[in-house]
Amino acid sequence: MPTHKKYIKWLMAILVLAAALLASAIVGLSVGELKLSLADVWRMLVHGGEADSMEYLLISQVRLPRVILGIAVGGALSLAGVVLQGIYRNPLVEPFTLGISGGASLGVAFTIVTGLHLAFGSFMLPLFGFIGAFVIIFLVYTLSTRRGSINIQNMLLTGVMISFIASSAMMFLMATTSSDNLHGIVFWIMGSLDEPDTGLIYFTLIAGLVVLGISYLFVQPLNALRLGEEKAMHLGFNTNVVIRVMFLLASLLAGICVSVAGVIGFVGLIIPHVLRLMFGHDYRILLIGSFLLGGIFLVLSDVVARTIISPNELPIGVITGIVGGLVFLVLMSQKRKGN
Amino acid sequence: MSEAFFRIDNFSCGYPGFKLSGINLSLEKGSFNGIIGPNGSGKTTLFRGITSAIATLEGTISLKGQQLDRLSLKERAQQMAIVSQFVDVDQVSVEDYVLMGRMPYHGRFQFFESKDDYEIAHNYMQLTDVLKHKDKLMTELSGGEQQRAAIARALTQEPELLLLDEPTSHLDITHQVRILDLLHRLNQEMGLTVLMVVHDLNLASEYCDRLVLFNDGKLFTQGTPDEVLTFDTIEKVYRTPVITRTNPYSNKPVIFLVSEKMMKETKASES
Repeated sequence: MPTHKKYIKWLMAILVLAAALLASAIVGLSVGELKLSLADVWRMLVHGGEADSMEYLLISQVRLPRVILGIAVGGALSLAGVVLQGIYRNPLVEPFTLGISGGASLGVAFTIVTGLHLAFGSFMLPLFGFIGAFVIIFLVYTLSTRRGSINIQNMLLTGVMISFIASSAMMFLMATTSSDNLHGIVFWIMGSLDEPDTGLIYFTLIAGLVVLGISYLFVQPLNALRLGEEKAMHLGFNTNVVIRVMFLLASLLAGICVSVAGVIGFVGLIIPHVLRLMFGHDYRILLIGSFLLGGIFLVLSDVVARTIISPNELPIGVITGIVGGLVFLVLMSQKRKGN
Repeated sequence: MSEAFFRIDNFSCGYPGFKLSGINLSLEKGSFNGIIGPNGSGKTTLFRGITSAIATLEGTISLKGQQLDRLSLKERAQQMAIVSQFVDVDQVSVEDYVLMGRMPYHGRFQFFESKDDYEIAHNYMQLTDVLKHKDKLMTELSGGEQQRAAIARALTQEPELLLLDEPTSHLDITHQVRILDLLHRLNQEMGLTVLMVVHDLNLASEYCDRLVLFNDGKLFTQGTPDEVLTFDTIEKVYRTPVITRTNPYSNKPVIFLVSEKMMKETKASES
């Protein structure tokens, strides 16, 4: 068992973040148009409640799925962000830089414009969102691979260009469709944790946890990649395989998130940065820490989005952008003062 | 005939537009070797070929009788460590940076360094005089200190062969001598075999047992500094006039540059 002070600090950080995630989940369950006390929420979580009481139904049917999706999407987007920043060695990369959101948005816009969701059911929206994201991931991957090796800089540029093309194609659909469809597309793009299909919610959570587990098996090469591809290879890692596996896992995970919750920007960019400011650049803490802090951030952002103009609801992307940006600026200025 | 410690046979590698071909080279265990040659002669290409950063087109490289391409990357990293010209680091502490040298010994499920890993890393940090900086970030160190930390990281891999690509090229003379003294000490005390790309012919002459001279993508000649650093060879390969003398203290060849100004003044005084 490692006893170095660095590991003890990380362990403490993970415990604190896990406790904060639990606390934010309880806040998320208690706050809303109908406010429940934290004690009531805790009691219902631990002991259950009267199955037909309004409070219990509100928590179990409405707020709990929303909180779980917040944890799943926030955690997964942050994890995808930190992994992609690691393999690209670029702190400005996030899942959406590579066109994943553009592809998913295009898929959803296509579904809405063609009315597939009306003909076959609302599950067509996440399905086509994921197909759109997958097509973009496939294009970025294949266009960046030459003779079996992958060019990481080409990959980034290809992703950015394909992202522009996908966004333009979506704007074309938006410009030529009816105002009802346009409203549906814009509403979806803004992002929301209001997903009626609990199966999709649990699938997103499990996908995030599985990718977290697999990423941890690649934590050593991710750390070695901080020195560059060639130097990581000198330390005994097949960087070509590591980059491919991690790119595909992170992108597919981001694709799932966007398909289920829409475009919730900033999380994958800001959370890894906040963690780096707090704990340094080691992926052994960044991977787990990003998942936990991403979950906390999105659950609390959703609480703000639901309550700030209650009974109306703000798009969650608005909150993640404003709050995340402000918190980041404050942390940066504190770090500068510390230095 | 006994097998050479490190051997390159009929080796070719390169990029589009530049190819290094027909390289044959063997190194004895515990020897200190320098690769020299003008810019674009193929020194760094050979270095990158040996380290598999570029693909081998032809030939074989073997270490202790084993072909390198038959070893896994981890097995290679346990026997051969590489120090690059530039220490390219992000926000990492000196201690964590040096500890990365233990990665080739970690299995997929070993996420944390053991007590032994720390002991080994601290030992080499002490030897390279960077232990006192262990909690600093690599970016806070000077160029010479960064290079020493890079050598400590390479030694932490506990290799038998240390490859260095121009380890002193961007350092002042004090740090150049300190780094090369350190490498020489490691070579003498630990029996570490060293192969180093080096630009400065006088440093190469002073520290290396054997030199390998490259020219236009081919191995031009190899031997002791006395055999390689001759007036004719230097003039032919570097295409510049030089004066060769012997260092009275080390008895190694020393190269003096001859400038156009010096030649004009000499001619004027002679006429």
